Amino acid sequence: MTKQQRLFEVVRTGLAILIALVIALVIILVVSDDPGDALYKFLLGPLGSFRHFGNVIELMIPLVFTGIAISIMFSAAQFNLGAEGGFFIGAIATAFVAIKFNLPPVIHPIVAILFGSLVGSLFCGIPAVLKVKWGASELVSSLMFNYIAFFFGLFLINYYLRDASAGAMVSFLFKPTALLPKLVPKTRISVGIFAAVALVAVAALFMQKTRWGFRIRLTGANAKFSQYSGIDTNAVVVYSQVIGGFIAGLGGSIELLGMYTRFSWQNLPGYGWDGVIVAILARNNPLFVPIAAFFLAYLRIGADIMSRYSDVPNEFVALIQGTIIILIAASSFLAKYRHKLVFKEATRAVSAGGDR
Amino acid sequence: MDELLRMEGITKVYPNGIVANKNVDFSVRAGEIHGLVGENGAGKSTLMKILFGLNQAEEGRITLEGKEIRVDSPYAAIGHGIGMVHQHFMLVPSLTAAENLVMGLEPRKGIYLDIAAAIRTTEELGKKYNLIVDPKATVRDLPVGIKQRLEILKALFRGARILILDEPTAVLTPQETEELFSQLKLLREQGNTIVFISHKLNEIKELCDRVTIMRSGSVQGTFDVSSVDEKDISRLMVGRDVILEVEKDEAEPAETVLKVRGLVVFDRFKKRAVDGVSFSVRRGEILGIAGVEGNGQGELVEAITGLGAIAAGEVSVNGKDVDGMSIREIREAGVCHVPEDRMTYGCAPNLGVEANLMSCNHDSPEFTGPVFLKGKEIRANSQRLIAEYAVKCSSPLQEVGMLSGGNIQKVVVAREFSSGPSLIVADQPTRGIDVGATEFIRARLVELRDAGAAVLLVSADLNEVMELSDSLIVMYGGKIRAYAPDAKAVGEEELGLYMLGLKNQSSEEIARVVHD
Repeated sequence: MTKQQRLFEVVRTGLAILIALVIALVIILVVSDDPGDALYKFLLGPLGSFRHFGNVIELMIPLVFTGIAISIMFSAAQFNLGAEGGFFIGAIATAFVAIKFNLPPVIHPIVAILFGSLVGSLFCGIPAVLKVKWGASELVSSLMFNYIAFFFGLFLINYYLRDASAGAMVSFLFKPTALLPKLVPKTRISVGIFAAVALVAVAALFMQKTRWGFRIRLTGANAKFSQYSGIDTNAVVVYSQVIGGFIAGLGGSIELLGMYTRFSWQNLPGYGWDGVIVAILARNNPLFVPIAAFFLAYLRIGADIMSRYSDVPNEFVALIQGTIIILIAASSFLAKYRHKLVFKEATRAVSAGGDR
Repeated sequence: MDELLRMEGITKVYPNGIVANKNVDFSVRAGEIHGLVGENGAGKSTLMKILFGLNQAEEGRITLEGKEIRVDSPYAAIGHGIGMVHQHFMLVPSLTAAENLVMGLEPRKGIYLDIAAAIRTTEELGKKYNLIVDPKATVRDLPVGIKQRLEILKALFRGARILILDEPTAVLTPQETEELFSQLKLLREQGNTIVFISHKLNEIKELCDRVTIMRSGSVQGTFDVSSVDEKDISRLMVGRDVILEVEKDEAEPAETVLKVRGLVVFDRFKKRAVDGVSFSVRRGEILGIAGVEGNGQGELVEAITGLGAIAAGEVSVNGKDVDGMSIREIREAGVCHVPEDRMTYGCAPNLGVEANLMSCNHDSPEFTGPVFLKGKEIRANSQRLIAEYAVKCSSPLQEVGMLSGGNIQKVVVAREFSSGPSLIVADQPTRGIDVGATEFIRARLVELRDAGAAVLLVSADLNEVMELSDSLIVMYGGKIRAYAPDAKAVGEEELGLYMLGLKNQSSEEIARVVHD
């Protein structure tokens, strides 16, 4: 990629976000009686208090996990959307260990998280195996498996781990030994943030500096070429998704033990879907995932604050997100401008006497 | 003669930044056959695609009979009476000739297609232009020459007065070419105008009235064919005198490297694409496979390199049976492969030059430690290969898809040839690339042969097979039809007869290609 094209990608992403925000602005103007205040809450609310900014970071952490999980799977051109289910079922598995096992501190969360991650990798590995064996589209099967994960998980909670004495449909309390210590007082940010930072570094190294990452990128770029080069593309298809599932499960486990004291999700938490947005924004590059995750978390929290403190409903943030995704995913957005850039560059090269 | 069509100041830049046409002027007179020559990548096809509305030029205008026209789609081009026959046919293989002819302009009977009328049209039009095609034949079963005839008919049926033929002879045997020429001359007599794209100078001399020569995107001049000779044209085309002959010493074949015995390979339709083929390739020789494309060469190559399955028979490399081996194991056995379709199998266009160079050996101990890739060694290796193979790229990280065809192919051969192969399978190694890269790759193949590699060369370019090969076999209908121990000793005419399946050697003669 030449410098100019990289710049173009940045400009394009920025412009997409800008357009989406303008659309958001228009909606706020229409809906709100006090648009100035609503806009202020939306854009600057997350910076307004320590607690609110803490919320952004709290939300960002699971998005980093699912964003990286999906980036790795997308890099191999495997459109596995099972990060959602992997995150959920991983959390269920972790809850099981956190409730049923008696282990010393430090060991307990590690065992629980490891178990959750393994369950997550198993979960995302199933669509991969189905694809390799029978050519089933991983997109469809992973999407369907998310519901299997969801209802099977709820079944486990309701029949084996449910705390009947609690008013709601929640599990027993986790053993205190299993909980991840909080890092920042007055927020729910736990030591899980270290895991997220480490994951970003490890994932970036893995993708760029190891042969397994190279095979994933090569297979994703051109599977036929990869096969021709002697790479076992079936293995790549499977291990990229198993790794993705592992990371999704890891994210679910850390989220659960870092933020909660019992399992209380009644719906799929949606971090897997958001992970798709994050991965697309980050162009599947693990190093960009934290930035994209922060952006999305900020947007979410901002909308949340606005909906609480002004008269604009929360739902419209979904609209903004949709606009951003459409604009960024549409590869021919600004294509004419891009071509003009190429044209200018090429004619300049020609007049400078350069020959191709 | 009056000027019929004029293109002025055409400039076209492709999205990958390649300038295909720079300020090109081109004009055609009514009723002439106008040759458009140039090396591969000179911009001939691009210019004609602009005329036919397949590409849009950034700058320039097109006038027809003095009036400016806008050609923003093939539909518009057809409306102006411009028709094009592409290098790769635009036909639906599963339909009949008549159905293909009338597609989009079907005669109807109520809401149904009037098949009888379509058949009648095909026959009448065929008679009128002396382009006879069996209207009821399924296109898939038609020989290449007839498919091309059908393409020309299709254009005429749509009212084309200006017919663009994009390298029509590239896929034809010498006999089919001759036939095509007489048909084209007849079309000229009937008042049609033809633009004939080619890079074969003898064809231009034989067929055309005038010729326009292009080189790296610009027009070098337009001449009456009678006033220039082939040498002049070739100099203008290439910018220097070309040595199209390959300089090489006599081959000294040693022991057999590739052994193929009774090989049968099925194609997608479960037909026998390769039907009981036996031959050997020895150390230090280049065995060429001549033949019209689609006569089993592709499937043969796939079977040897592990991309396709072997149905029956034996393929072994250095005595090791290849059947059941993974592609990786086959590569480790010393086979390298320059694939026919370099954009699908030969590279990952969106990745950098370096990634493309290391795809096969990224996990050799030389380039990877227990966990991490050895970045420095890899970079040094890619820089060495880029220099050695004269790949023009801005950096080892530049995307391969941004390079020109010749440079992409150099990346492919750099990777393949540097693996220290004992068998090189080169499938159309110089197709569609510029003359410099072609000469380079051919010279490299000879060098590797001299260094003791066995080379299996598949090429649809007759000139290439005859020049580059030491000995050659001809394939037709999935079988070997002829073996020439000395590739230079066979005439083009005779080769054509084998390629068309009109002549066969005896099985004893063919069996000489099996060296044991």
